[in-house]
Amino acid sequence: MPTVSLTVNGNPVHADIDPRTLLVQLLRENLRLTGTRVGCDTSQCGSCVVHMDGKAVKSCTVLTLQAEGTAITTIEGLALGETLHPMQQAFRDNHGLQCGFCTSGMIMTAVDMVRRKGHALDDHTIRRELEGNLCRCTGYHNIVKSIAAGARAMESADPLRRAAE
Amino acid sequence: MYNFIYHRAAGLRQAQHMLGEFDDAKLIAGGQSLLPMMKLRLAAPANLVDLGKIAGLSDIEPDVRSISIGAMATHFEVHNSAVVQEALPALAELAGMIGEPAVRHRGTLGGSIAHNDPTADYPAACLALGATIITTERRIPADAFFTGLFETALMPDEIITAVSFPLAEKAAYQKFRNPASRYAMVGVFVAKHASDVRVAITGAGASGVFRVPAFEEALQGRFSPEALEGLTVSADGLTGDLHASAPYRAHLIGVLARRAVAAANERNDRSDEL
Repeated sequence: MPTVSLTVNGNPVHADIDPRTLLVQLLRENLRLTGTRVGCDTSQCGSCVVHMDGKAVKSCTVLTLQAEGTAITTIEGLALGETLHPMQQAFRDNHGLQCGFCTSGMIMTAVDMVRRKGHALDDHTIRRELEGNLCRCTGYHNIVKSIAAGARAMESADPLRRAAE
Repeated sequence: MYNFIYHRAAGLRQAQHMLGEFDDAKLIAGGQSLLPMMKLRLAAPANLVDLGKIAGLSDIEPDVRSISIGAMATHFEVHNSAVVQEALPALAELAGMIGEPAVRHRGTLGGSIAHNDPTADYPAACLALGATIITTERRIPADAFFTGLFETALMPDEIITAVSFPLAEKAAYQKFRNPASRYAMVGVFVAKHASDVRVAITGAGASGVFRVPAFEEALQGRFSPEALEGLTVSADGLTGDLHASAPYRAHLIGVLARRAVAAANERNDRSDEL
């Protein structure tokens, strides 16, 4: 079986894998990082979004072998110890979820959005940027609110956190 | 997904060698079309050659009258390129309308045109801008490149390395999305060059992307939406499905072509004011 080496949430990972192993399978089944979800498995719903070298990707549509040498961040890699990432905290404060299935993908997409679009995000931008993330419970209102609040909070996050990003 | 043997190419020559050497081999770039097809078992290559680690294939370089974009440039990179935004804003906009952010981080220009999905956006830009597809073997004009549904002029062991897009005087792309999948139900790219006008349609043709000579002729006389008034496209040869009938797509082509011309003119008016 081919081998793969990559970094997941800062930790080096080496594995012998079936070439068909999707990145999301490696994360969930080999590494037991089950915060990343498989919703549709057809790159539509966004619940599998993780960061690959700092960019949001749908981990159900990346072969693990394509991720050779990359740095992956999952939802488990966002918090600093017991302190939630500002975007996680914003989802909590604004009730940005109901069942929670889409939430890790929403948060990973939101953090990527802030990196690309900055800290002052209007509703229109947020809704457009969420084109690849489906939520079937909330109707999106509180998700949009959470992301706007999280984006602002990321700006004033402590220097340690910002250095980590 | 059926099993395959995975090969990581270190360079173009090695990738070409692998394509020739291995039985039923297919290239993978970003994989945003190929992997979903393999999951559905619509594609089942025995060997997969990954281009992802080959250096120097995603450069974006301006020339005097054109821009050369490397085949492995992602939609995200093209959309955000200052060079493309400045010289060919319509192309930068189009790249930002493909899929959604996470898909744009992986999907590539070369992958899109080699796949030639009839609803893909890039083929319309290539055709309307009169692009040249540069491969490991030769230079292929866009007019000769897209040969049918999921079909191109590429030979089995030929690899796209870059696409050269001539700059246009005016250009714009308009797309009418399928409300669920967000793919183009119809997409229209218009480009006004010094000597001619080209109008290319994606999403609608039963054999893929195509040009509309009647529109081009009318716009050459006068590059304005009014020049297209009363002109229609026949529904023959257009796709009809549960999302839109062929006559509806034909109607959309007219509407979007007028909007694209208006958008192209508006952009130029804006930049004249600056």
